[in-house]
Amino acid sequence: MTGVLLRARQVTRRFGTFTAVDNVSMHVQPGEVVGLLGANGAGKTTLIRMLLGLLPVTSGGVELLGGPPDREHRCRLGYVPQGLGLYGDLTVRENLSFSAGAYGSAEPELPPALAGRADVLVRELPLGAQRQVAFLAALAHSPEVLVLDEPTSGVDALARAALWDTIRGQAEHGAGVLVTTHYMQEAQQCDRLLLMSNGQLVAQGSEADIIGATTAVAVRTGDWAQAFAALNAAGAPVMLAGRAIRVANANPGELQDVLKAAGIQAILQPVPATIEERMLVLAREAGSS
Amino acid sequence: MTYSVRSATVRFGHVLALDDVTVEVPAGSVVAVVGGDGAGKSTLLRALVGEVALDSGTVEAPPKQRLGYLPASSGSWAALTVTQNIDFVAGIYGLAGDELTARRRELLDRASLTPAADRLAAQLSGGMRRKLGFVMAIVHRPELLILDEPSTGIDPVSRIDLWRLASEAAASGAAVLMSTTYLDEAERAAHLVVLDDGKILVQGSYDQVRAGFAGVVTQTAEPVRAEWAWRRGRVQREYWPSAGPPPGATTVAPDLEDIVIALSLARRNAVLS
Repeated sequence: MTGVLLRARQVTRRFGTFTAVDNVSMHVQPGEVVGLLGANGAGKTTLIRMLLGLLPVTSGGVELLGGPPDREHRCRLGYVPQGLGLYGDLTVRENLSFSAGAYGSAEPELPPALAGRADVLVRELPLGAQRQVAFLAALAHSPEVLVLDEPTSGVDALARAALWDTIRGQAEHGAGVLVTTHYMQEAQQCDRLLLMSNGQLVAQGSEADIIGATTAVAVRTGDWAQAFAALNAAGAPVMLAGRAIRVANANPGELQDVLKAAGIQAILQPVPATIEERMLVLAREAGSS
Repeated sequence: MTYSVRSATVRFGHVLALDDVTVEVPAGSVVAVVGGDGAGKSTLLRALVGEVALDSGTVEAPPKQRLGYLPASSGSWAALTVTQNIDFVAGIYGLAGDELTARRRELLDRASLTPAADRLAAQLSGGMRRKLGFVMAIVHRPELLILDEPSTGIDPVSRIDLWRLASEAAASGAAVLMSTTYLDEAERAAHLVVLDDGKILVQGSYDQVRAGFAGVVTQTAEPVRAEWAWRRGRVQREYWPSAGPPPGATTVAPDLEDIVIALSLARRNAVLS
């Protein structure tokens, strides 16, 4: 027993000449929620599919629950893919029976929100309800490790909060959780973060470790839309947090010149950078290389 | 020019998808519709596009050739390249020759898709595919631009690109109506509409919505009333609609996410009681 639930050792995956995952090493331990971050196309889903044995590695090694990612070890895993992995032409009850049968576990009780829908075909349910069914199916056999690929994409704020209750609850009961997300507020609910860019693991650890040496400047002005347009036209790496304008790795003097030239008065203030800003800097580095 | 749906009601069988909804979309601004899956966002958008007929109420929208629409699903053809996708749609609107070449070049540049011009749509990342769909919806310079969840599942960097494209369309005079599940995007819109279960929970500018929010939100490790509480990061928040919170509770200034959740809970708890 290593105590490590998921492990990748120097894993690489190529598709033709394209390297989707490039020499990545990572692990997930019991009781922790690990957030896997990165732009669309960074290699997150390819890495997950290799960790679960759904896609062979080109080189390197993966371990699921201390062994190879085969059927025997996958029985102790709960996985909710981006596409949810349900059968649209089966009812809610039939999907859960099928999944319970495959894992050799008892069928889960339906929560109140699904109680009246046991005999509804899954494809006729709204996406939020389908997601609940996928979670139920993935959790019914009390998995030791849970892998969730964008579990809250397209879900409303209230349902998102409820799904995170479930995720944290699983970790408190000792499961290890690997979760991908594009919501930075969700990233902050993880115990540890991994950031991928262009197939490589470029940073890991706390939020501060991910942000690294990235800096940011907040631009305070009367007309945010006008200032955003002017800075954007000048090619500055502009981000928006609500209506607050922020610029990553910027020189405040140069920004002030751009704004003055556009006739905009603004107060510039150095602020702590965010994970989004680190991602923006990475995207621009990738674009210019 | 202001486009609108007024007193719109739509039923699908027994389901009331829209219940007396009035939304205006003025030229030159971005209006954001927020709400979860099944709230009625797509139905509202499709009513304006003319894909859903109202049971009652009125729709004011331009004819199809002056309307741009990015549906929630894909919006491009997987087996065509980026350029072929744009040219195909442009051809339907009668754009051709030098005019098409110039327009395509401009839009590819603004969407940072120029390096991917000859790539098949099937080989684009999710963010690039949404940007292509956006470009295709806007190629004919529509007066009303309707975007159904352009940013769902899209990374934060591409989301900013999409926002920039939408705000540029509004700045050049289009009326833009977009749905989103990201509340920070809705904060930026000139006007936001919160839908829940086919009804409007609240609408107005972000400042109006904030100013009109009644009650107090507290932050706590142990909520007093579970049915009024939700997780926010590692702590819980709790809504006190009328009666004040217990003495000593930590109150927080609610942001749009808190306000939307609090109003949704208030409606659900009222329905249940």
